[in-house]
Amino acid sequence: MSVITGATKQVQVIRPQQRKHLRGNLVTALILGGPAFLLLLVFLIGPFFMGVAFSFTDERLVSPVPAQFIGTKNYSQMLQVSILTLDPVVDPTTNQPRHDAHGNLLYPSVRTFTQNEQKYPQYFQLEQWFSVNLGNQRFVVLAHDPTFLHSIFNNIFFALVVVPVQSGLGLLLALLVNQKLKGRNFFRTIYFSPVVTSMVVISIVWTFLYDKNVGLVNHMLKTVSFGAIGPVNWLGSPSTAMWAIIIMSVWQGVGLQMILFLAGLQDIPEQLYEAASIDGANPVQQFANVTLPGLRNVMVFVFIAITIAAFQLFTQVFVMTQGGPNDATSTVVFNIVQRGFVAQNIGYASAMSVVFFLFILAISFVQRYATREKKGK
Amino acid sequence: MKSKLYALGALLVMLMGLLAACGGSSSTTTAGGKTVITLWTHSAGNASEMSTLNKEVTSFNGSHSQYQIQIQSFPQASYNDSVSAAALSHKLPCILDMDNPTVANFAWSRYVQALPVTDSDVQQMGLLQSAIGRYQGKIYALGQFDVALTMFARKSILQKYNIRIPTLDQPWTANEFNDMLSKLKSSGAFQFPFDLNPQYGGEWLPYAYSPMLQSFGGDLIDRKSLTSADGTLNGPAAAKWGQWFQGLFKNGYANPKPSSDQGFLQGKVALWYTGSWATDDVVKKYGKDALFLPSVNFGTGPKIGGGSWEWGISATCPQQASQGASQFIKFLMQPANIALLNNATGLIPTTPAATSLVPRYATGSPYRILFDMLQRFTVMRPPTPAYPTISSSFQKAAQGIIQGSDVQTNLDNAVNAIDQDIQQHNNYQQ
Amino acid sequence: MQQQALIQTSAERTQRSRRLIRMIVQYAVNILLVLAFIFPLLFMASASLKTSNDVIFSDMESIRGLLPVGSLTLNNYVAVFQLSPFLRFLLNSIIVSSISVLLGVFFNSLAAFALSRLQWKGQKLVLTLIIATLIIPFETIVIPLLLLVNNLPNISMSGGLALTQGWFDTYQVQIIPFITSAFSIFLFYQFFKGIPIEMDEAALVDGASYFQIYRQVIMPNAGPVIATVAIFTFLGSWNSFLWPNMVIQSESVRPVMVGMNYFFQQNTQWGVVMAYATMVTLPVLAIFLAFQKAFVTSLAGSSVKG
Repeated sequence: MSVITGATKQVQVIRPQQRKHLRGNLVTALILGGPAFLLLLVFLIGPFFMGVAFSFTDERLVSPVPAQFIGTKNYSQMLQVSILTLDPVVDPTTNQPRHDAHGNLLYPSVRTFTQNEQKYPQYFQLEQWFSVNLGNQRFVVLAHDPTFLHSIFNNIFFALVVVPVQSGLGLLLALLVNQKLKGRNFFRTIYFSPVVTSMVVISIVWTFLYDKNVGLVNHMLKTVSFGAIGPVNWLGSPSTAMWAIIIMSVWQGVGLQMILFLAGLQDIPEQLYEAASIDGANPVQQFANVTLPGLRNVMVFVFIAITIAAFQLFTQVFVMTQGGPNDATSTVVFNIVQRGFVAQNIGYASAMSVVFFLFILAISFVQRYATREKKGK
Repeated sequence: MKSKLYALGALLVMLMGLLAACGGSSSTTTAGGKTVITLWTHSAGNASEMSTLNKEVTSFNGSHSQYQIQIQSFPQASYNDSVSAAALSHKLPCILDMDNPTVANFAWSRYVQALPVTDSDVQQMGLLQSAIGRYQGKIYALGQFDVALTMFARKSILQKYNIRIPTLDQPWTANEFNDMLSKLKSSGAFQFPFDLNPQYGGEWLPYAYSPMLQSFGGDLIDRKSLTSADGTLNGPAAAKWGQWFQGLFKNGYANPKPSSDQGFLQGKVALWYTGSWATDDVVKKYGKDALFLPSVNFGTGPKIGGGSWEWGISATCPQQASQGASQFIKFLMQPANIALLNNATGLIPTTPAATSLVPRYATGSPYRILFDMLQRFTVMRPPTPAYPTISSSFQKAAQGIIQGSDVQTNLDNAVNAIDQDIQQHNNYQQ
Repeated sequence: MQQQALIQTSAERTQRSRRLIRMIVQYAVNILLVLAFIFPLLFMASASLKTSNDVIFSDMESIRGLLPVGSLTLNNYVAVFQLSPFLRFLLNSIIVSSISVLLGVFFNSLAAFALSRLQWKGQKLVLTLIIATLIIPFETIVIPLLLLVNNLPNISMSGGLALTQGWFDTYQVQIIPFITSAFSIFLFYQFFKGIPIEMDEAALVDGASYFQIYRQVIMPNAGPVIATVAIFTFLGSWNSFLWPNMVIQSESVRPVMVGMNYFFQQNTQWGVVMAYATMVTLPVLAIFLAFQKAFVTSLAGSSVKG
């Protein structure tokens, strides 16, 4: 500290030169940093605002017809949700509800409500997303774009599982590797190797591993459970597809968290542990009172980083499941590419991108707020 | 160290520049002054189709020295996306093959130009209707081959289980078919007696399964107006198809996720519903025991899909190259070349003149039945620019039905997507 | 005396045996985890050497699935070169990634230098703006970026020098939009802040220009952060898929990951696809193994200060 103040004192003596440099600094800064700033403006900030502009039009990727301004129609279509309450179909003669062959109550077709613009304008052109039976009534959740809403739900689900699991596992691995064990560098290397492997390669390899009939994962499950666990249709069944992707993604990413936690662990001074053990703390107490607080910064960084990465889920879905089965693995980014690039609806995809961005922004703020340093600590 | 880095950087930039200059694929003239004509095909990975194409291109390049055709191949799954990207960047190849039902969309999007071919030209050739890509009265694409969807079976198996062998005039009925599937399943000899390749995904789903839908009396869209699928794709006939189709997987007659398509060849499957491209493999394995059987009559007669990959010329192909391109396509459509392709691949030729050069389809040959099936039972996929949306919506619905989710909801959602797309595009008017 | 000694050694003995048990348990856990982390890559490498789908399928029913046992062959590797221009794709990826690293390190560090070592009007604003862009995920701008690059003028060298439209199917479309990385600037900025200002001032006194300060004072001391940024940039470029998949159709500039996906789509022979996958993964793994110490320490050192 004192060395630096000494130096500045030195500089203050050379005033004329300093002033000359300070004035010239803007130009120098622009020359030095200019290229990078310009590139950022053109290739990141520019397209961002272009996207916002597109979101208010019906721009298409390649079309003989020019684009038109359509206001917030894209947004309203994307986010429109409604709930339709259905009562069972009643036999007009007996006034009793009718049942089908299996004894279930019959309900009127949803389509009669969603294709009748005069009578039910609020449900017009909506699609059925899912329905819930409560008592005798059926509540049908309608949406204009159930795939998009399902994708947001998938992303949130993915994040809710992956953030704690990957962070926790990363911390465990870091603790393990931190032990003074011979060969820990070897272990550390192995745990980190999936991180440097391409996600495309990993997706392809795991597609084979997850194969229902011949895949290694099912074979291992069978062996481990002595035949109890039958072949699971990992990527083909809506209930397991997302879990398959979660497991694979955690496998790939946890090495990075391990390294970060490892660095954080090694930053914690030995004296704190010594002091704690002198005070009579056992390993668990030491962990809770020395390790965890010492890792605070790393944990915040890891949480935020994983969360943002979780919402960018794309490659695995594109290569392995294409959003299926039944939108079970559809994610927001996948949808943006599908709608914008494949279905060529640029306007709509841009609107999705804007909503996505606002969503991420909101989550970042919430996380920052939730993990802020409490005043007076 | 620093200077080494600079040197490396300079080297890389030079290398990059060199490669970019040499590897240009959109160049229009080679050093020898020949007009370069780029050609894209979806057949990457298909050995027999690629080798035939290579032969045809080499032959053409040799006999037409002012042109040089250069081939780039893509896997089918990504092909249409690549075409869109190329259209966007105005880098479409001069010649490209396109799946028959997408021709209308490519023409509407102005990716391709009309061919210098008239109706009387194709009539003279005797070209199969399914091998012509049309849009608004003009011809945009011509095909060298078509495919017949067929049920492969083994005589010995059918006889063992007392199953009648159907003929073109007396195909299996729906009841017969369901009974035989149930019989085969309960015999215990086949975990999944019926293989219809649901794992192929993509365009296979509408190509292979919409004919069954049509046999039930439904369809992908109302063909008269081509503006709405309501009532057709989600009507009672279509719902019946959906229930039956879902039943195949629910009852364990068919595997929703086969690991490969070799089940029939490995003896694990009794009935294989696939395209006639597999005939060679089947005959190689089972010889005289192999049967090629017509599709099931679910109500309105047996139906199979028609129209396959056809050749066209992009709208951005420059004048001189376009001339060469149309000469090449005419060259491809010569009987000798059509025969060359179909002899190599086991597919079905599209003109009578070519058929006479393909011995396997001579009258009296056991393969002739495939040719006849194509003539009698073909229903084209709807010729509308909305087809890509129809296809993707049907794919999603079919996959949902295979999964076991509600049939009517899946069909309704597909209809919604199709109708909305057509509306958004103002019925695809120009 | 003797009794005390006895008690001590027995306490030591239990401590030693406890330590031994702990070590054994840790080793066991580590070995299990190693298996869990390595089995997919082991499978990939082993399957690439097996002769046919049938062999691979039947091997997977036991531990043989992970091991290169049985009759092995290099035919799958040969097939990769026969079925696709793999070397060209590899070269393309090397070119794109290396240039991305060189340009990325250079321009981002310059920008960070300008932001951290100079004083100028608007400095704080620009810094905040750059940090703010960290929030914008690439995927939200990918579609407009697509349209943007398609409309940028390009100098085409085929058939004579000409001005053409659009950057599709070029090297620069894979490099230039990604040179500036807010993350890289941030890493450099944090690191530069830690370099004592007196070194700049001393050089200033000697009459050095700011660029010279950058070159001779800052950068030589920035080894760790340069390594980190280089690693991140290289990995990001080498593994990139979404973008090149959309903007590259031509084989002449196609990177190896797009080629990998195409290869996967057009091949039903698992062994051949795994051979391609192995060849794509080995270079990165090899580099990683060779430099792993530097890799890991630089990664950890710079990023956590955030």
